[in-house]
Amino acid sequence: MNINYTAGEVAFRDEARAFLDQALPADIAAKVKGFRHLTKEDHQRWQQILYKQGWYATHWPEEYGGVKWTPVQKHIWDEESCHYGVPRSVPFGVNMVAPVIIKFGSEEQKQTYLPRILSGEDWWCQGYSEPGAGSDLASLKARAVREGDHYVVNGQKTWTTLGQYANMIFCLVRTNTEVKAQEGISFLLIDMNTPGITVRPIITLDGAHEVNEVFFQDVKVPVENRVGEEDKGWTYAKFLLTYERTGLAGIGLSKAAMSHLKQLASRCIKNGRPLIEDTSFSQRIAKVEIDLTAATISNLRIIAAVEGGGMPGAESSMLKVKGTEIRQAINDLARRAIGPYAIPFAEEELNLDYEGEFLSDQNAAPLSSQYFNNRKLSIYGGSNEIQKNIVSKMILGL
Amino acid sequence: MDFRLNEEQQMLQDTLARLVRGEYSFEKRLAFSETEAGFSVDFWKQLSELGLTAVPFSEELGGFGGGGVEVQSVMTELGRGLCLEPYLQSVVFAGGLINQAGNDSQKDVWLSGIASGELQAAVALQEPQSFYDLNDVQTRAEKKDGGFVLNGRKAVVIGGHCADLIVVSARTASGISLFALKSDTAGIERRVYPTIDGSKGCDITLNNVHVGADALLGEDGSAGPVIEYQAGRAIAALCAEAVGVMEVANELTLDYLKQRKQFGIPIGKFQVLQHRMVDMMSELEQARSMAILAASVADEEQSDERRRALSAAKNVIGRSGQFISEQGIQSHGGIGMTWEYNFAHYAKRLIMINHQLGDDDFHLERYAFLLQAS
Repeated sequence: MNINYTAGEVAFRDEARAFLDQALPADIAAKVKGFRHLTKEDHQRWQQILYKQGWYATHWPEEYGGVKWTPVQKHIWDEESCHYGVPRSVPFGVNMVAPVIIKFGSEEQKQTYLPRILSGEDWWCQGYSEPGAGSDLASLKARAVREGDHYVVNGQKTWTTLGQYANMIFCLVRTNTEVKAQEGISFLLIDMNTPGITVRPIITLDGAHEVNEVFFQDVKVPVENRVGEEDKGWTYAKFLLTYERTGLAGIGLSKAAMSHLKQLASRCIKNGRPLIEDTSFSQRIAKVEIDLTAATISNLRIIAAVEGGGMPGAESSMLKVKGTEIRQAINDLARRAIGPYAIPFAEEELNLDYEGEFLSDQNAAPLSSQYFNNRKLSIYGGSNEIQKNIVSKMILGL
Repeated sequence: MDFRLNEEQQMLQDTLARLVRGEYSFEKRLAFSETEAGFSVDFWKQLSELGLTAVPFSEELGGFGGGGVEVQSVMTELGRGLCLEPYLQSVVFAGGLINQAGNDSQKDVWLSGIASGELQAAVALQEPQSFYDLNDVQTRAEKKDGGFVLNGRKAVVIGGHCADLIVVSARTASGISLFALKSDTAGIERRVYPTIDGSKGCDITLNNVHVGADALLGEDGSAGPVIEYQAGRAIAALCAEAVGVMEVANELTLDYLKQRKQFGIPIGKFQVLQHRMVDMMSELEQARSMAILAASVADEEQSDERRRALSAAKNVIGRSGQFISEQGIQSHGGIGMTWEYNFAHYAKRLIMINHQLGDDDFHLERYAFLLQAS
């Protein structure tokens, strides 16, 4: 047993750090570390830098432009990225639809879409959930009817993250109503500029516009935009979900958030002393940091198993539950640390160019919004209740 | 022993419940929130016409002569509607401070206005460094020309952006003192902001604010106990409001569990959600009990027993409020995260109540301190 990185892995970490030191734009890192919203342009600027470095597609085979990293190397990259304030990659193209296209797509689909994902020419979003199909995804109703060489799609998708920026959407649609729910679903790649598609923003409780509803009215989609076989989409969808689930625990993000919390608590004042010196508050931080340490090792155990040729199983569901609870606990403490200043919504201070006086701490403004926004962590990517169902079925056999 | 409201108290609560149902739909609230005042001036007027802004004041002052239970009834209904009006700040807290510390002429001038709703008051007791400790006062008041000159900064004054009168704590040579400042006094600067839960407030900078001796409320240097006592009444009122907010949050969640279907059945058929809903209900009942306790001690003479009861109540309310807020969002799933649906607004109010007058951690410490002292 040895829980340390090998010499080669340490060398890789140094290489990653050297690259980030030199290539990560300071303004983008400041936004990420200060929990500010990123613009489309911010995402694209960083995507281009990674693309040029050849480090954008970490889940792809080399023949398509991927980078050959081991699971441990991917983990190191993720950790360092979080530490440096790298924008979270928008996963829908590079980490979600691309692996599906690579595994199940036609040669033409690979040649059309993969280079455009790699170069950043296409921005993908996900058309899975519907108003009536959330945890019970297989009950989805969006209908695709075959008419000659195309499908006609009607229906609605929801919770479409950053759909307002996307020009492509991958959708699960019902192509057969005669069979069991899971057996009548197909996987379509749809150009968002096709007539009949409307995107409507959903504003979340913190006032942010991250998610959308997407409406399809008689949208014509060429048959060649179907991935794999008709009615076999559920298989591809499940394959994609395993990619979604890895990384949802957000251990690296929790570590970054924890270090942010400790800095905040050393600046905030209670009883005339830094809050971090307050026994009860420092114990609350300590408890969460201890949980995070345990989750970090759990994460490494899963990664080591994958490195040894295993598949991530229901363990990643357990880790998703723990990891999201930890991140939410950190957000809770950060909000508590600023006391009465959790109440104001000083929107002007969210702008990094703000030059006025801060109401309280320079990083206080986004903390309440972030606490509320991150309630989503235990809901999305398979709610924590669904993750527990997976664990009880797959591991416990209940 | 009788936990029921008497006839008069029940009537008071029913009147307000009807008014809130009729005038305070979720859509209207969103619109009120976006006005300059951040609340409905019309609704405020209706409250005063019904005599509700006079509830805690004595009959000599044109009041209703109500105590903790009457205030509780009002605040719970305001909580159910997520009402944005500054009832807590103006009527309960500022009104209470003036009532306790003010001389007859100050009461005459200001309390009748507060009771009639014509005068809106706010309290400015916290400071940037004070956290929740209202004894941590660095704002200075120096004697000058028979009056005082105030300098300092007051933090998170809810309703202060449009208040006519602001009750400010400041330290004189003799100790913590209270001053009633007209908001248009020269040297008062306000930085106004919306709050996370849809209302408005401000931070106030006092730059050489000259006031006459008639602005001093009570004896110079002896405001500490007054502030503590009235903060206790305000805590009781906040607890009552929180119970109203939690009631609706739970009703909304229960409706959703019955009506939302996944896997072919209402999600309320899943045991994990049933148990969670039961936990939310138990939390509400714990909170309700503590709001009753708080209301019953709110107007009692100050004692360690009163202090303990109020800190215990605020601690329970803080925890149960956060539980119901978080578990309610989780039970709703994505829809509980949206601006368009009312649940999230109830959730936000519950979390923000925890940041007013001390969160559950603050009151746990205070309770433990009193425990050690006894």
